[in-house]
Amino acid sequence: MVDSPSVSRRSLIVSTAALAAATALPMPAWARGSSLASARKGFATLTGEDIRLTIARSHFMLGDRGGHAVTVNGSLPGPLIRLREGQTVRLHVTNQLDEDSSIHWHGLLVPFQFDGVPGVSFPGIRPGETFTYEFPVRQTGTYWWHSHSGLQEQSGHYGPLIVDPAHDHGPGYDREYVLLLSEFTPLHPHQIMRKLKVSEGYFNYTKQTATEGDMPLAERLQWGRMRMDPRDISDVTGSTYTYLVNGHAPADDLEFVFAPGERIRLRVINGSAMTFFNLRIPGVPLTVIQADGQDVADVTVDELQIGTAETYDLVVEPGAGAHTIVAEAMDRSGMGVATLTSAPGRRALVPALREPVTLTMADMGMGSMDGAHGGAMTHDAHGAMAGMDHGAGGAHGGMAMDHSMRDLSKLPADAQGAGVDMIAPMPIDRMDYPGLGLDKVGHRVLRYTDLRATVPNPVRRPDRSLEIHLTGNMERYMWSFDGKKFTAVTDDPIRFGYDERVRVTLVNDTMMAHPIHLHGHFFELVNGAGPAHQPRKHTLIVQPGSKATFDLTANEPGDWAFHCHLLYHMHAGMMQVVTVRPFPEGGA
Amino acid sequence: MRALLLATAALVAAPVAAQDHSAHAGHSASTQDPVAGNEAESHAHGASANQPAAEHAVVDHSAMDHSTMDHSKMDQPATDRSAMDHSTMDHSAMDHSEMDHGAVPVPSSGPPPRALEGPRHAADVIFGAAAMAPSREQLALENGGFRGGSFMFDRLETRVGQGEDLYLWDAQGWYGGDIDKLWIKSEGEGAFGGAVESAEVQALWSHAIDPWFDLQAGVRYDLEPRSRAHAVIGVQGLAPYMFEVDAAAFLSDRGDLTARIEAEYDQRITQRLILQPRAEIVLAAQDVRPAGVGAGLSSIEAGLRLRYEIAREFAPYIGVDYEAKLGRTADFARADGERPDRVFFLLGVRAWF
Repeated sequence: MVDSPSVSRRSLIVSTAALAAATALPMPAWARGSSLASARKGFATLTGEDIRLTIARSHFMLGDRGGHAVTVNGSLPGPLIRLREGQTVRLHVTNQLDEDSSIHWHGLLVPFQFDGVPGVSFPGIRPGETFTYEFPVRQTGTYWWHSHSGLQEQSGHYGPLIVDPAHDHGPGYDREYVLLLSEFTPLHPHQIMRKLKVSEGYFNYTKQTATEGDMPLAERLQWGRMRMDPRDISDVTGSTYTYLVNGHAPADDLEFVFAPGERIRLRVINGSAMTFFNLRIPGVPLTVIQADGQDVADVTVDELQIGTAETYDLVVEPGAGAHTIVAEAMDRSGMGVATLTSAPGRRALVPALREPVTLTMADMGMGSMDGAHGGAMTHDAHGAMAGMDHGAGGAHGGMAMDHSMRDLSKLPADAQGAGVDMIAPMPIDRMDYPGLGLDKVGHRVLRYTDLRATVPNPVRRPDRSLEIHLTGNMERYMWSFDGKKFTAVTDDPIRFGYDERVRVTLVNDTMMAHPIHLHGHFFELVNGAGPAHQPRKHTLIVQPGSKATFDLTANEPGDWAFHCHLLYHMHAGMMQVVTVRPFPEGGA
Repeated sequence: MRALLLATAALVAAPVAAQDHSAHAGHSASTQDPVAGNEAESHAHGASANQPAAEHAVVDHSAMDHSTMDHSKMDQPATDRSAMDHSTMDHSAMDHSEMDHGAVPVPSSGPPPRALEGPRHAADVIFGAAAMAPSREQLALENGGFRGGSFMFDRLETRVGQGEDLYLWDAQGWYGGDIDKLWIKSEGEGAFGGAVESAEVQALWSHAIDPWFDLQAGVRYDLEPRSRAHAVIGVQGLAPYMFEVDAAAFLSDRGDLTARIEAEYDQRITQRLILQPRAEIVLAAQDVRPAGVGAGLSSIEAGLRLRYEIAREFAPYIGVDYEAKLGRTADFARADGERPDRVFFLLGVRAWF
């Protein structure tokens, strides 16, 4: 097994191709609703110096659910682009849509003009045009690519991207598989956006009701008083989404085959538009070896939450037999499912969805509430709350609390107050929080504080610090940074000096977890790992009501997008442009 | 020697360090915590003295409050203390790289001057400003420039009471962005097979004044029972405890001032079965005899609707509604030979697009 990765790549393609043949039954045009070609499920692999990609409209069917899709090279997800560190690649992208399109290489360090964000890095690719991206590949790891135009990403315009090391020291594994997690909906993404704007909680069918949820009445009243829904975990849910693994729905019964005794590398990519996944393989420990394509010291867990746009590389050594790969949506409204099996055709039990997650006061930025997480916040937690200083006595959800829940003086003066329904009164660092719903599961769950870079970072003290608030209004579905939508700050970017080192603290003044992505850079999480070993990431989950800090060396000159990677949050305005100036002499 | 060297570097750098520390105090609390979490580590690294002096030179330590620092923790293994004259040493110019920086907040200043150098838009240099301008506009439209609309029949129902059966509509629609919208409302009532008893339509400019409420101003036109125009000002939105509220004052072209306040609440029984109590009161500043309205609290309405959301957009309901004219309004009704209060059973649908 000298060249085992390529052997396994072939087996991956074969397995998905076989599935595609089995599931994509020929259909008459009328049944597809149009004469568009049906997208294939799963992806082929493209390598080399010149890679050609074609973006086109298509149609996607999952069982009896079908809908509009935007695909690249006719498959959903699009092809796996496999590069080698040190090579130069030319990606020729042809747009056959009737609207502009683009491809952003998520996590790749590229000259800014090839980063693929229309209006920031380049003009976009007009209908019928071909744009050539050309850049040297100067990193390794697991990444992905997707459209940065409109809401095309939701419709299937995404795919995996892997960079192999220039000098392979022999893999520490016998086989590898890509697990690209995403969603499919028959709804047009613009319909989803409109429903979110028109009707708060439209997709949420796990709300508390008179018959569901065990929150005591007093506490329900408290949430009601604040006009907040403690079951508002995900904006778009399994009520419309089918969760996919490599383009396959659970009913497609996707299977990954291995030989007993093998070490398998799983390259897990969250390529969804709106979903955080809780990933586990019951009975199989997961050893995390990379986060966002960057080496981290091995840490073994039983489950991990992967935020939208994050990637994790895992090594597993499953025992002989079948194991279910469970990618449960964070709000527990559905799951993506595949099987890892040493006996083709054999299946393991698919666990049931767990109970819906209920937010707590900690998710509203009311400080640490140990023991108050999960669905069973008790009256004891009230005691802890009463112990907090709300500036007045009787802080039991009364006026005193409400006053401190929206202190707009923490935002810039030109913030749009109507777009900010909350300011976290006591945001704490929650890098040790495993993610909504995973703090009480009774097994090992990955936390950001477990991540430790193995390749030491240059140690530099930050030159300055910067605080950015993540703000929103659940009711109006408005999302912004510092209370200002992108439309209000198009001429007021976040400016960094070239090679400046900045300590950036993101304060989440909302009850939702936001995966914040900075283009063109890796930043280092200030997670207690020590200055040289802070893990490098391109996307950072900021837990509800918390703050999270990263150190950034702004050493990639140009203009870069900075945004929440929940697609509809970005679409609502949770985006900014970051500029890095000046260009170094003789550079770029 | 090394410490002296570093101190010199820091001194030289002090004048160029033109960083604004004015916001320092306010930010210290918020920037300190994550650093503090690193205390042990950063101290260890500081002690190994692997941080080049140049980096620290740009930090103006003179503005820092070192009063709470424990200098005894300073680890200067490479320094020959006996050779140093501490009496003339200016502590503000000392290099602090060997101290525990974990306890020192990083200054929260603006970007350095060099951040403002170079082109305004980097991509303009490569693709040309003309090529970039439209995509930049499109980007803004796609990331915060949402405009949209909706139209809803909040109540579209048959009202079965003691007398003849009535129909009622209560609809509203809007179009616009997050902050400003055009809002249209219409409601009316009539008897099946008979004339429309009342019908009004409002056109309002609706402006978000806080996260939950819109201020609405515009005109109302009554088609029935008699043509009448009103100026309207009101608020609509979500009150604490999740009450949907719509309150408006109306000044008619005859100078009559009235007001209407509506509130409703959705109590979920299950995910799709929803019980909605609804109340409405009408107030008048004076008698409006032609409309049968008396000064003061002129009428109340209380209803209970149980709807089932087949889809969020389509929910049939059943319900019961109680209407009562009060005070002088009730007197006018009696004088006109009408009952001042009525009970209806309701069958209707709530639908939106």
